[in-house]
Amino acid sequence: MGMATDQAKFHVLAVDDSLIDRKLIERLLKTSSYQVTAVDSGSKALEFLGLNNNEDEQRNSNPASVYPNDHQDVEVNLIITDYCMPGMTGYDLLRKIKESSSFKDIPVVIMSSENIPSRINRCLEDGAEEFFLKPVQLSDVNKLRPHLMKGRSKEIQPNINKRKGMEEIQSPDRTRARYNELEVVSPAN
Amino acid sequence: MDVLQLQKQFVDYRASLYHEGFLDEQFTQLQELQDENNPDFVVEVVSLFFEDSERLLNELTKALEQQSIDFKRVDAHVHQLKGSSSSIGAQRVQKVCIAFRNYCEEQNIEGCLKCLQQVKHEYSLVKTKFETMFQLEQQILTAGGSIPV
Repeated sequence: MGMATDQAKFHVLAVDDSLIDRKLIERLLKTSSYQVTAVDSGSKALEFLGLNNNEDEQRNSNPASVYPNDHQDVEVNLIITDYCMPGMTGYDLLRKIKESSSFKDIPVVIMSSENIPSRINRCLEDGAEEFFLKPVQLSDVNKLRPHLMKGRSKEIQPNINKRKGMEEIQSPDRTRARYNELEVVSPAN
Repeated sequence: MDVLQLQKQFVDYRASLYHEGFLDEQFTQLQELQDENNPDFVVEVVSLFFEDSERLLNELTKALEQQSIDFKRVDAHVHQLKGSSSSIGAQRVQKVCIAFRNYCEEQNIEGCLKCLQQVKHEYSLVKTKFETMFQLEQQILTAGGSIPV
């Protein structure tokens, strides 16, 4: 009764300042049976997660927001974000997520219309699971599933995974996401 | 015209758009995302593209009319237009945007003005093409047929 989570849809938070791209990614994700929340900025994404921009969450003077450090407002299983956004870039958002004790384990995927190897490498080195070149396609969205499943397995059935390390997941695509391989940027599957 | 003829007309017209470079593979992807639960997806996205593009073209015109041109601002607008045209498969618009960005980087006013004219032209062309295609689809539906994939 309690552990119905294996039946629930994965919830993806999509972040993109372009309305067209938000609509597109939302359709792609829904087609893949994910639940989607789409926001237009990094700060809205953090707000949605319940992570204030303010570092001192606990010392926030607003009495209404006395969340303990490890509180998560909503369950998000993956964050997919555009890189180039005004204000907070996708990279900035990635860093904030990875620096947060509550959210660092949420897989983050970056999208960009620009094929800049140093940018891609930096994102992957700093914790992004994948980097997709825009326009994002269904074949890219199909690559999300292993990252989502890994999170889910850890929650419910930790002994399903033979190895406990997150790096050891048997996704064939992982071999492509190496720092010095430009193949990671190919949108074609 | 009967349904079969309307369907053929539509299929031929759509094929010509690919052939002439107006549309690329990304548009096919969009069509594949449309289904009975989301029957207006393509029209909705393309409509957003029209609104967005018109706004950006206005901004670009204004930005390039300034005494002292802010090329970063111009580039930011072109970047957005490039992105949205790429997302819907409007290939010819996208291509002009690429050239446009290069001129921005070089701070080449003449080049930018030329590209602005070109991109307006290409946008206007593709808009007409889309509208015609949607009309042909509508004719099929009105005649009781279904849109060929």
